[in-house]
Amino acid sequence: MAEKTANGQPPVLSVRDLKTYFYTDLGVSRALNGVNFDVPYGKVMGLVGESGCGKSVTSLSIMRLVPKPGKIVQGSIVYNSGKRVNGQYQVAKAIEMTRLEDNGPEVRAIRGRDMAMIFQEPMTSLNPSYTVGNQVAETIILHQEVSRAEAMNRAIEIVGRVGLANPQDIVKRYPHELSGGMRQRAMVALALSCRPTILFADEPTTALDVTTEAQILDLMRELQDEMGMTIVFITHNLGVVAQICDAVGVMYLGRIVELADVDSIFYDPKHPYTAALLRSIPHVGSRTKARLAPIRGVVPDPYTTISGCPFHPRCDSFMPGVCDAAAPARHDLGDGHIVRCFLYSDEVEVEDNGK
Amino acid sequence: MLNYIIRRIGYLFVTLIFVCIIGFVIIELPPGSYLEFEIQRIRLLGGDLGQDQIRALEIQYGVGDPFPVKFWKWISRFVQGDFGESFEYNMPARTLVFARLPFTIIISVLTLVFSWTISIFVGVYSATHRRTVLDYTITTLQFIGLSVPAFLLALVIMVFAQRTLGLHVSGLYSDQYINAPWSWDKFVDLLKHIWVPIVVIGANNTAWLSRVMRSNLLDVLGMQYVQTARSKGLLERRVIWKHAVRNALHPLVMVLGMSLPQIISGETIVAIVLNLPTTGPLYFRALLQQDMYLAASFLMMLAVMLLIGNLFADILLAWLDPRIRFE
Amino acid sequence: MTEAVPTLPREELIAEPVSEVGLMSQWKLMALRFRRNKLAMIGLVGLVVMYIIMALAPFLSPNNYLFQNQDYVSGPPTPIVFRDAQGNFTLRPHAIAISTELDPVAFKFVYARDDEIRHPIKLFVRGDAYSMLGFVKSDLHLFGIEGGARLYPFGADPLGRDMMARVLQGGQISMTIGLVGVAMSIIFGSILGTASGYYGGIVDDIMQRLIEIIASFPTVPLWAALAAALPTTSSTFTPLHRYFLITVILSLVNWTGLARQLRAKVMSYSNSDFTMAALAAGASDARIIFIHMLPNAASHIIVVAALAIPGMILGETSLSFLGLGILPPLVSWGALLKDAQQVSVVIQQPWLIIPGIAVVITVLFFSFLGDGLRDAVDPYSI
Repeated sequence: MAEKTANGQPPVLSVRDLKTYFYTDLGVSRALNGVNFDVPYGKVMGLVGESGCGKSVTSLSIMRLVPKPGKIVQGSIVYNSGKRVNGQYQVAKAIEMTRLEDNGPEVRAIRGRDMAMIFQEPMTSLNPSYTVGNQVAETIILHQEVSRAEAMNRAIEIVGRVGLANPQDIVKRYPHELSGGMRQRAMVALALSCRPTILFADEPTTALDVTTEAQILDLMRELQDEMGMTIVFITHNLGVVAQICDAVGVMYLGRIVELADVDSIFYDPKHPYTAALLRSIPHVGSRTKARLAPIRGVVPDPYTTISGCPFHPRCDSFMPGVCDAAAPARHDLGDGHIVRCFLYSDEVEVEDNGK
Repeated sequence: MLNYIIRRIGYLFVTLIFVCIIGFVIIELPPGSYLEFEIQRIRLLGGDLGQDQIRALEIQYGVGDPFPVKFWKWISRFVQGDFGESFEYNMPARTLVFARLPFTIIISVLTLVFSWTISIFVGVYSATHRRTVLDYTITTLQFIGLSVPAFLLALVIMVFAQRTLGLHVSGLYSDQYINAPWSWDKFVDLLKHIWVPIVVIGANNTAWLSRVMRSNLLDVLGMQYVQTARSKGLLERRVIWKHAVRNALHPLVMVLGMSLPQIISGETIVAIVLNLPTTGPLYFRALLQQDMYLAASFLMMLAVMLLIGNLFADILLAWLDPRIRFE
Repeated sequence: MTEAVPTLPREELIAEPVSEVGLMSQWKLMALRFRRNKLAMIGLVGLVVMYIIMALAPFLSPNNYLFQNQDYVSGPPTPIVFRDAQGNFTLRPHAIAISTELDPVAFKFVYARDDEIRHPIKLFVRGDAYSMLGFVKSDLHLFGIEGGARLYPFGADPLGRDMMARVLQGGQISMTIGLVGVAMSIIFGSILGTASGYYGGIVDDIMQRLIEIIASFPTVPLWAALAAALPTTSSTFTPLHRYFLITVILSLVNWTGLARQLRAKVMSYSNSDFTMAALAAGASDARIIFIHMLPNAASHIIVVAALAIPGMILGETSLSFLGLGILPPLVSWGALLKDAQQVSVVIQQPWLIIPGIAVVITVLFFSFLGDGLRDAVDPYSI
């Protein structure tokens, strides 16, 4: 049952009440504590937040790549698999990701072919012992019934497509022979080699300089248009979000506190955290003598539990008795702009047995 | 790649020269020369050496010469194959050394192969099946393998074999085959005996290596590229063996250089308990009897074996890790 | 469209709860992790107990370790039962007497249990005189038999000496040689490793070559050759001298491991930002090495040292087993095992293996300890 999202297309991913916990010697870390969002087809959905808010764990959970001792304890992740027909995304099958067997054949078929991920560190994302060509072709051979030679041809093609000059030469090289920017392009080639429906980009440009970053972002937009791909873009950099995202989810301590299209987030932020994030960015043209406005306090460590709304200790709009008593529920302000804050609604989050 | 090999061989020769110097220093360390020792012994038995003979021997072995001259005389003979004379056995040291060397090489190589193969599999298994019953069992066995000295293990196994199974497992052959010509039966008999030294000598090495492998693999499994491999949809088995293990092997091959000396060391001591026809027993006896040329020849040959072994290890490492070739 | 988001004055805001983990210093965190590791704690406690036992060796054994009892050559361990001479159950252990007879045909002693005679084992008996740790002179033993008979809980060696006394006494040497040797390795290895890693260039090259050369020799044969070169025991070269030189020989090969590790660490620190910062602030080389690098490497050094001790102990055991290490009248476990080289001997007198068990237990405890330290020191593993 795929409801339509704002652009009239069915969502390609529907996440409801996702809880992923890590059980370590030091305690239980509630990395995701009830995440809800839909990813519209063909758009770039951004997930922003400070370090430790759970944005990476979200994409890992969706792809069922959460490392031990992490576990998805509750929630639903529905992947609407289908294809674009005449500009409209038609859903062929709705797959409940959480019910698939760990590392089983269904999950492995989806990984690489329908969903792909690129990571933050280009230095370590590629295996240093195998050539670039070998690694790109590996995905192709795995998911498409072609010969090695044909797979290598396709690999050369996609490596060229991501903007690496001399692809025939590049495929014979080892990762350590490429620069950071080249490596990240190679990662993109690897991820896109089977034309996945969804691309998860986990801070792909954080480790690159701004010029390379701009190039990679341009590349991603081009490829997205060309292949009709949906991108989930994870970052802590609001500048990048403004450049590339269509919709944004702001995360704090394992929950999405605000979800809206990119313009609303930047020009009409509702949640105090979003507002504080935007205020803390220094911008060109501000008065040179003004102090920066960081968010008060630090992100608490994930092993603590905070009563009520998780942001209340750092919130300038804190209402005693209300914000520390219970957690606010998701409230739709209309037009798909969703906030979790008692400033806009009195609804309280219903605690269920996932605690 | 070829450049790399040539460079390593060059290093080998330089190291070899120093090894020779040190070997020679060791020969010369014990106070008094064997010659005096031997002369006294002969006198005690009632015989004597004529003055001419004594002087000839003194010149040959350079007894009165300054150190560099002694060294030169010795090394020039050494490279021509004359390792000096064993005073105790009255034979050229070289004959004795080469009679024993083949078995040492065979047992060492077999132990190396056995120990490495098992270590890799055990290491991978215990890294991927942490906190299971089998993992804890393996850890226990590893601790035992690390704590029990090889010769003690040999003794215990032999006592056990003799008391419980009625087998005599010392030596490499049962009595009837020792001097018999080669035959299939003799080969089978050899196999029945050779597992004891291989297990005993390899135990310590396997225990330690499998732990290193486990720890390496755990490190590699935390690396980003393993997650990349999984995100492609590969079978877990393939992720582990093709992507992870391949990279975990690098640091392991680097410690291959440490396996070899350990195995050779262990082999020398265990040979005494197990009565093996290898270099060990003869070497230690030579040391105790101050039969210095024999002892030094053994030591040098063992060192040469090690150097060659290390060369192979380095070549293997370069083949495995493309990054090293470009250094 | 946007309401002004109301704010509260700063003082009224609540401090956020912080769990303890984030607050601990590096050393406290390590200690916490170490304590949680059961095996490591077993190792630590076990070793402390063993060291205390070894220190009190002469007091704890019923006989003096040098006393040769001609009537009990290669005698078996004294059987101990909890029934007295009348056959009644009692809490006090009794030793059954062993009668000794010389078999004229095979010309060796034959031992038989004489169940009639049972000696009660008492606490705090007066027995052989001894000098414990060199300065405590006494003849008080923790337990033993009064009167002429002697108690041999671990049997006797081919010269009639009490195995228990010898094992405990031997422990003093076997368990300290590792510590002294490793201490030497640390000093030597740290200095050379740090210099090599910090200064690089020719110093580093020479050190690397030196280490390679030493590593080209198989350990035990090299040790054996050096040990064989030691002078024989005489008035100028006492057993204690020998002990010390054996330690030097053992650490001569061992320091290379620590030096290599430290060199790698120092090299990685040299490239790190905090070193650059110190240099930029005008710190001298010595200051950088001693105040910045070594404390960072300290935990690593401790781990490497702890893990090297078993190797030293096994090394000394092997050398003494071969007759090249500790020589009489001093005893160590390896020297005791020299009597157990033949399978036939071991089958007939299995108690001669007991020193080997002591070695295994000690090495096991040190391995637990070293492993625990290594895990505790690495803050990033789960």
